[in-house]
Amino acid sequence: MLAFAILIVIIAACLAAPWYAQNISQSDPFASNLDGSITLAGQPVDIMQSADTGFGVTPIGPTWTQKYFLGADDQGRDVAARILFGGRNSLLIAAGATLICLTLAGLIGIVAGFSGGFVDSILARILDILWAFPVYLLAISLSAVLISRGLKLGPVTIDSDSLLIPIAIIGIVYVPYVARPIRGQVLSLARSDFVLAAVCLGVPRARILWKDILPNVITTLIVFAPLMMALNMLTEAALSFLSIGVQPPAASWGTIILDGEGLLYTRPAVAIAPGLAIMLTVVALNFLGDGVREAFDPRAKIRVQK
Amino acid sequence: MLLDVQNLSISFRTPRGLLPVVEDVSFQLAESEILAIVGESGSGKSLTALSIMRLITDPNAIITGKILFKGEDILTLKEPAMRRLRGGAMAMIFQDPMTALTPVYTIGAQIVEQIRIHTKLPTWQARLRAESLLAAMGIADAQQISRRFPHQLSGGMRQRVMIAMALSCSPALLIADEPTTALDVTVQAQILELLLKLRKEFNSSILLITHDMGIVAQTADRVAVMYAGRIAESGATGDIFAHPMHPYTAGLLAAIPQLHGPRINAFSAIPGAPPAPHEKPAGCAFAPRCAYRIAVCAERPPLLHGPFRQVACFRAGEVA
Amino acid sequence: MIFLVLLRRLAEMVFVLFSISVLVFLIFFATPGADPAARIAGRGASPATLAAVRHAFGLDQPLPVQYGLMMKHLFITQDLTSFVNPGQLVIPAVLQAVPVTLSLVFGAAVIWLIFAVAIGVTAAALRGSVIDRSLMFLAMAGVSMPVFWLGEVANLITQARFHNTVLFSWVPALGYVPLTQNPLLWFKSLVIPWTVLAVTYIGLYSRVLRANLVEALTEDYIRTARAKGLSERQVIFRHALRMSLITLVSMFGLDFGALVGGGALLIEVVCALPGVGMLTYQALQNLDLPFIMATVMYGAIFIVAANTVVDMLYLLIDPRARGAR
Repeated sequence: MLAFAILIVIIAACLAAPWYAQNISQSDPFASNLDGSITLAGQPVDIMQSADTGFGVTPIGPTWTQKYFLGADDQGRDVAARILFGGRNSLLIAAGATLICLTLAGLIGIVAGFSGGFVDSILARILDILWAFPVYLLAISLSAVLISRGLKLGPVTIDSDSLLIPIAIIGIVYVPYVARPIRGQVLSLARSDFVLAAVCLGVPRARILWKDILPNVITTLIVFAPLMMALNMLTEAALSFLSIGVQPPAASWGTIILDGEGLLYTRPAVAIAPGLAIMLTVVALNFLGDGVREAFDPRAKIRVQK
Repeated sequence: MLLDVQNLSISFRTPRGLLPVVEDVSFQLAESEILAIVGESGSGKSLTALSIMRLITDPNAIITGKILFKGEDILTLKEPAMRRLRGGAMAMIFQDPMTALTPVYTIGAQIVEQIRIHTKLPTWQARLRAESLLAAMGIADAQQISRRFPHQLSGGMRQRVMIAMALSCSPALLIADEPTTALDVTVQAQILELLLKLRKEFNSSILLITHDMGIVAQTADRVAVMYAGRIAESGATGDIFAHPMHPYTAGLLAAIPQLHGPRINAFSAIPGAPPAPHEKPAGCAFAPRCAYRIAVCAERPPLLHGPFRQVACFRAGEVA
Repeated sequence: MIFLVLLRRLAEMVFVLFSISVLVFLIFFATPGADPAARIAGRGASPATLAAVRHAFGLDQPLPVQYGLMMKHLFITQDLTSFVNPGQLVIPAVLQAVPVTLSLVFGAAVIWLIFAVAIGVTAAALRGSVIDRSLMFLAMAGVSMPVFWLGEVANLITQARFHNTVLFSWVPALGYVPLTQNPLLWFKSLVIPWTVLAVTYIGLYSRVLRANLVEALTEDYIRTARAKGLSERQVIFRHALRMSLITLVSMFGLDFGALVGGGALLIEVVCALPGVGMLTYQALQNLDLPFIMATVMYGAIFIVAANTVVDMLYLLIDPRARGAR
């Protein structure tokens, strides 16, 4: 329950990002602000300060006040506001990818498990291959190609900086992780005594699918949802960190960590804060997942692999 | 007296308060005697057996009373001393032989493990002893079998292995908790015969936990009938079967299907079902189902009385 | 019989590897809008240059031929060269990077196995206690941290903030020193990456192990073990842990394979270790297709091999699996 409360707070905070940028930090988190200054304790302070070494400039550190609460990044942008905006993208991508993943996995699992025979062996074989394929390499390869050019598939054109690219990629690569257990579940359900009994009674297959199989599969998918979202969150961060996820000027927690990498030794807050945000969210999601699993099926043995 | 259980009570701390599952149970077991504890599931008979081995691991269990084993109260024993007893002087076999053996070790290794805990025998001698024990259980080709894994054996074989393991350190007391319930009827008979034979060979006392009056009649010297956590009646097997004095015992015996004579419906022999631990009545727990019920039954539980033949019923003399 | 089983596994492995290579090839060469020649020639290259590049790199041939050529250069003649730095041989570069990755993953695996077993067993033995709950919370936190972020924080602490304190003054600068060149420095330079990489897996494995142990401890055979007179420690280590390790071993095989196969990419990038992951990362940045192909295939081989080894290992450690075949 605590986990759920924390998630709500995080989501609410991210939704409030524009309000925060307008009323609290009072700066545009997507425009560089290299020459600006703010007033701190009555003194004007440059946002980009001359470095102690005398070479180059260092952005302002955390002020712990309204403006530049967590300091600025190397473009002089307010990090706190960017984290709130970035969180929107991170959450959106993780949630969107989870939706895609669960839908596809549910479909594939049900089709493979329920139709059996030839269709099942083909699908199971494909899942096996994808299972053996290094997931991160698949994600990275797809991202690297699509980010560099976007996707033109017939009438569909997706720009290379569209959020749809990371959402689709992350959503697809983990499909085998979920589809395999779903297929197993459907398979054992289809062979279970109560389904056999229904078949013997002449209940139509569609009705068995709707009444007996689907509810069970959906329960499993719900149990998987928070855990997959946690995993997707981490994957998005990794892709964005490798600069093949969310593309500038848009931000996500992963890209902000990347922004902070160059400032790591001088202004560590830029990289540390979004990492903490990711960790908090993922911990909350994982605990939520544990809770959901216990609520639905205390003996379920679902493990989401990394 | 090998085993003397006095006023044993077991209850569990639950969110709804203390749940008494076994109440004020007393019985004795003499050397090389077979005592059967009979009761329906939930009557507390298995829990009583586990408490004698001190195998109730639930931290919310509260056990009071005395369990004197060879004159020593094992409820106050320190854990290391208790461990020396467990598997040594007292051993236990369980209901489901399919799950009672660790799947990843050969059965030989599992018997050897127990022998090595309780004796100073070197491994090779322990192995020989394990094989001769298996042979004594009527297992042909014991040497071969001892190298098998549990999943490669049938249920009856596994129960023989369990018995061999339990007897491996010549225990004075063998507790058998529904040893044949999970087995086929033909195998059941073999296992029971084996237990009777072994009692003579190893001179062990046996505490037999069962719900099956038929098994009791075949094996036990004495019987204690448990109902809803209390002993309803106890006495010599022949006496009990010939003259049940508690209405519940009478009902149980009447429920045994007879080959000859009038057919009765086993399910309606005793109307109703035993009460759950948290909804036991204030008086006699059997009163709501009892045909001999009188006013006093609902007020206070009847006490177990009598020297050899004990009955907990206000109308003990009237049951026929 | 055994021979046939092995042969079948081998055929399966080859089939999976073939599928993966086709998939990777298609991703990079046949994605709509993708044009390797444009990437090689650079932005704004004239159509004539593009055509020349296309011809020089064999990109004007049909896709199956291109695929065949690449596989031939990769596996048979082993003289595949980079698109970006013409003349640079791919295979020696990958082989050179392997020891780095192996050093990293092997050390981390030792750390994570030791800690995961210690934490998992402790938590299971004290299940329900405050210690159990705090250990499991820490484990959850470990699983939930982005690895690259943890690496950066570790760098910040050991390289900058606290580098001049007694605690971390021994940490050498980022980078890799071959074991054969200076074993001590090899060890020192890898301690931090090992730890960072291990954290996630310690969290994951200790949680799985605890859950398995707690479940195992409710089994009938545990009651039997107790009834035999075994101490609680013996019960946990000999009976419960032995069963739970079966799951852990199969997890370990797959994770180890995935990491050696390039899964340690993020750590290698953050800690500046020139391993296979780093190579992949660099190749991806300039879309150096032969390099990508080589590293991905190398990774796939490791992962597929790990899968097979795990399956074989299963037969060894779980007697029930032997009976089932």
